[in-house]
Amino acid sequence: MKLVGSYQISLKKQKVWEALNDPEILKQSIPGCEEFKKNSETEFEATATNKIGPFNASFTGNIELKEINAPNSYIIEGSGNSPVGFATGSAKVNLEDHENGTKLTYEVNANVGGKIAQVGSRLIDMTAKKMADIFFGKFSELIEDKKIPRETEIKPKIEKDKKNLFNYKNKSKTIIYITSAVLIAFAIYLVF
Amino acid sequence: MASLVGSRVERKEDKRFLTGKGRYTADINIVNQTYAIFIRSPHARAKIKKIDISKALKSSGVVDILTGEHIAKDKIGGLIAGWAIRSEDNSEMKCPANPPLAKDNVNFVGDPIAVVLAESLDEAKDAAELVKIDYKILEAVTNLGTSMESEAIHEGIDKNLCYDWLLGDRQKVKEAFEKADKIIKLDITNNRLIPNAMEPRACVIDYNTASEEITCYTTSQNPHLSRLIMSAFGGVAPENKLRVVAPDVGGGFGSKINLYNEEIVCSWASKKIERPIKWVAERTESFLTDTHGRDHITHAELAVTNDGKFLGFKNETIANLGAYARVFGTVTPTYLFGPCATGVYIMPAAYSNVKAVYTNTAPVDAYRGAGRPEATYTIERIVDKAAIELGIDPIEIRMKNFPTEFPFKQTLVHQIDSGDYVAGLNKAKEMSDYDGFTARKKESESRGKLRGIGVTTYFEACGIAPSPVVMMLGCGVGLWESAEVRFNPTGQVTIYTGSHSHGQSHQTTFAQIAADELGVPIENIDIVHGDTDKGTFGMGTYGSRSLTVGGIAIVNACKKIVAKGKRIAAKMLEVSEDEIDFNNGEYLVAKSNKKKTIGEVAFASYLPGVRDEVKSPLPEGDEPGLIESSFYDPANFSFPAGSHIAEVEIDPETGNVKLDKYTAVDDFGTIVNPIIVEGQVHGGLAQGIGQALTENAQYDDTGQLITASYMDYTMPRADNFPEFNLGFTCTKATTNPLGVKGCGEAGAIAAPPTVMNAVINALGGREIDMPATAEKVWEACNEMKKTNSEAA
Repeated sequence: MKLVGSYQISLKKQKVWEALNDPEILKQSIPGCEEFKKNSETEFEATATNKIGPFNASFTGNIELKEINAPNSYIIEGSGNSPVGFATGSAKVNLEDHENGTKLTYEVNANVGGKIAQVGSRLIDMTAKKMADIFFGKFSELIEDKKIPRETEIKPKIEKDKKNLFNYKNKSKTIIYITSAVLIAFAIYLVF
Repeated sequence: MASLVGSRVERKEDKRFLTGKGRYTADINIVNQTYAIFIRSPHARAKIKKIDISKALKSSGVVDILTGEHIAKDKIGGLIAGWAIRSEDNSEMKCPANPPLAKDNVNFVGDPIAVVLAESLDEAKDAAELVKIDYKILEAVTNLGTSMESEAIHEGIDKNLCYDWLLGDRQKVKEAFEKADKIIKLDITNNRLIPNAMEPRACVIDYNTASEEITCYTTSQNPHLSRLIMSAFGGVAPENKLRVVAPDVGGGFGSKINLYNEEIVCSWASKKIERPIKWVAERTESFLTDTHGRDHITHAELAVTNDGKFLGFKNETIANLGAYARVFGTVTPTYLFGPCATGVYIMPAAYSNVKAVYTNTAPVDAYRGAGRPEATYTIERIVDKAAIELGIDPIEIRMKNFPTEFPFKQTLVHQIDSGDYVAGLNKAKEMSDYDGFTARKKESESRGKLRGIGVTTYFEACGIAPSPVVMMLGCGVGLWESAEVRFNPTGQVTIYTGSHSHGQSHQTTFAQIAADELGVPIENIDIVHGDTDKGTFGMGTYGSRSLTVGGIAIVNACKKIVAKGKRIAAKMLEVSEDEIDFNNGEYLVAKSNKKKTIGEVAFASYLPGVRDEVKSPLPEGDEPGLIESSFYDPANFSFPAGSHIAEVEIDPETGNVKLDKYTAVDDFGTIVNPIIVEGQVHGGLAQGIGQALTENAQYDDTGQLITASYMDYTMPRADNFPEFNLGFTCTKATTNPLGVKGCGEAGAIAAPPTVMNAVINALGGREIDMPATAEKVWEACNEMKKTNSEAA
């Protein structure tokens, strides 16, 4: 299975790169991640629970960063095992300067096996796309806000066009700011 | 009493099957039973580095967890190939060890590694999730075409090659090809199928701690054979301490010939834990681990003259054995395949060369037709291709090459005792309104549809088989069959057969035969099968052998009963044996009204005396009782044949293939029960059409079976079939007293080429491989449109 995608992040490349190497950000970006341990500069151990088709599976796995070319690209290689099967794969992540920010592109190669492949093979592509979207979506969201909340509940959403969605989100944030400002102004007016 | 052979007797089995009263293995529960869950490899090829069962053992309800190490320690043997095949260079085939639980290596997804035994199924499943296995994943060999260039998956088996087998004469073929006007070439694949018996495999094991006997209830087509293998090769228990019972079995199609890992493991484990064990496969387990069928890649060439005479034929095939060689795995692509490669035709020179290879996929074994569908598919596709290239009508080219004199010595092996291929094809031509096709094609075209017609003529060699012949060819056992006919003192008859019914309707067919032989009402005859404690021995049911081998054993045992009865009747009637005729259950003295019924004779045989007089009805030397048995070894295979014609209509906009008409004319010799034979033909056709249009087992590059559920493996449905138009011709087999030939596999043999020839005809000769899915057909239609518009 192959997956490709890209995201536009309104941060400098170096900042994005740092975030890509920050276990806390990675932990919060991985869908359903419960544990994320740094074993060395390039090796991590993770546990994540996710729903794939009919299975609610807890995966434990190892993640390794390879072919590191700071701050431009690296390869994340990982494999996870669960009672319902396994997943192995790698993602080549590329960063480039683009429109006052950074364009993150990824190319995922993944294999799944066991019950997941047998029963859910037609669900895998969809699930993987969804996971990638959640991961990179959350990742962009986290670092753009520059604030890293300690606990984040990640609700999977199927998001087809990330870019528009972000614009929409930004727009809605702006609306909230304006509305809040108006409300506060109104309150001040009433009080005084 | 009119003869029952040939009449439409309603099935005795229907009542219990149609009212849900069948008693299958999964229906059996034994007090204090534990439940087994098998832990299977999720990888197609890997080394097992470590198995950690410590956490799982502490899980609630767990009775025990057993691994390959345990089974190796107890020296329990594994699964075997039943036929030893020799390569063209005379070397013996190479088979890997196949332990019941993998200890060091796993070789396909689903390969069992450990078994969890627990108080409940849920607890077994929960514990199974806690077993930790470390694997070293190795690159899997999944591509049949390149399997011989890939790394060897089994130690010591170079090129993954089990054997490189030849049947026929390469030199003669070479010479024949030199004389040809034209050589027709064809490259095809025969798609891998999953048998999909309605009832998944299961076993319930009961170890009796008092008698130290193991009873194994299982889903088997041949319980005696399973017992033999489990005892002789598995070493689970001596045969006299092992009882194998195959009760009602919901379909086998070859996939239940094999003794499987689970039966060995559970039988061994039951003795170990001294408790009964129940295991029932889940559907996906069946997809993964039932032996699969077909899976060939073939290059074939047919040498012809310009006027359509066949001169020579060669078939070069790579056959997939899967990860291990199983009971009929090695013979299916050789002696069940090669001899039929030349079809029903006079073929002056021919050879079949088969390379059987191991891959990291489920083992491949016999599946309805076993070898003969693959052979027939190739020859019938290439004959049609020859007809197209030579511009000859497909029926005409077949007629030109039919033998007309029988017995017919077929090119590669068989001496075909009887047949009339011309009559069969003429009848099919008439029944299908072959001549009206052009008009129907025009009508379809007026609606924007493409219409095609396809013809197949086939013969097959079934009713396996003469023991000396098959054992000479490498079979590990003789393929005779046994029967025992027991008259009870009060006149009912119980017949024990070593054959097994899992859809074949033995209780009806065999009772019909016996009723005719003995002159006893069919209601008074019971057929007992499927239990090694009842009946002497048996080789089971596969290769359309039940009637032609098992049925004849019953006939012979009945004849012995009648003969003994005659001796007794003669004594009772105080005449000589020659003066007695046996007719319709009565021993009649010629030219008198003196008679004894067979029931009276049976009664007398068990109560051989009278009051106040020392007098026995038994002749000197005869023992009391009326029980006879017979072991019948057939003199030859049986050779059913037929002609099938199909018409398809294709919607070029969607690629959907509608099978519009299907005519099957078969020659099964004497037909014992037309209802049952028609049912067998229907079932075979359904599976053959499934192969042609919908079914395909697909592994991905890493060896994951991605068609492991009904979401992805497309079984044919009722709307894939037209009303089947069935006809029969009859040339009686000369090699058995009933004149019967096997009928169980015919449909699955003939349907794939019939349907595909029709599809290819509709596509103007464009070749596609099975299954003819809408996608493939749609692409071919688009190509056709493109070519047509370019031509215009």
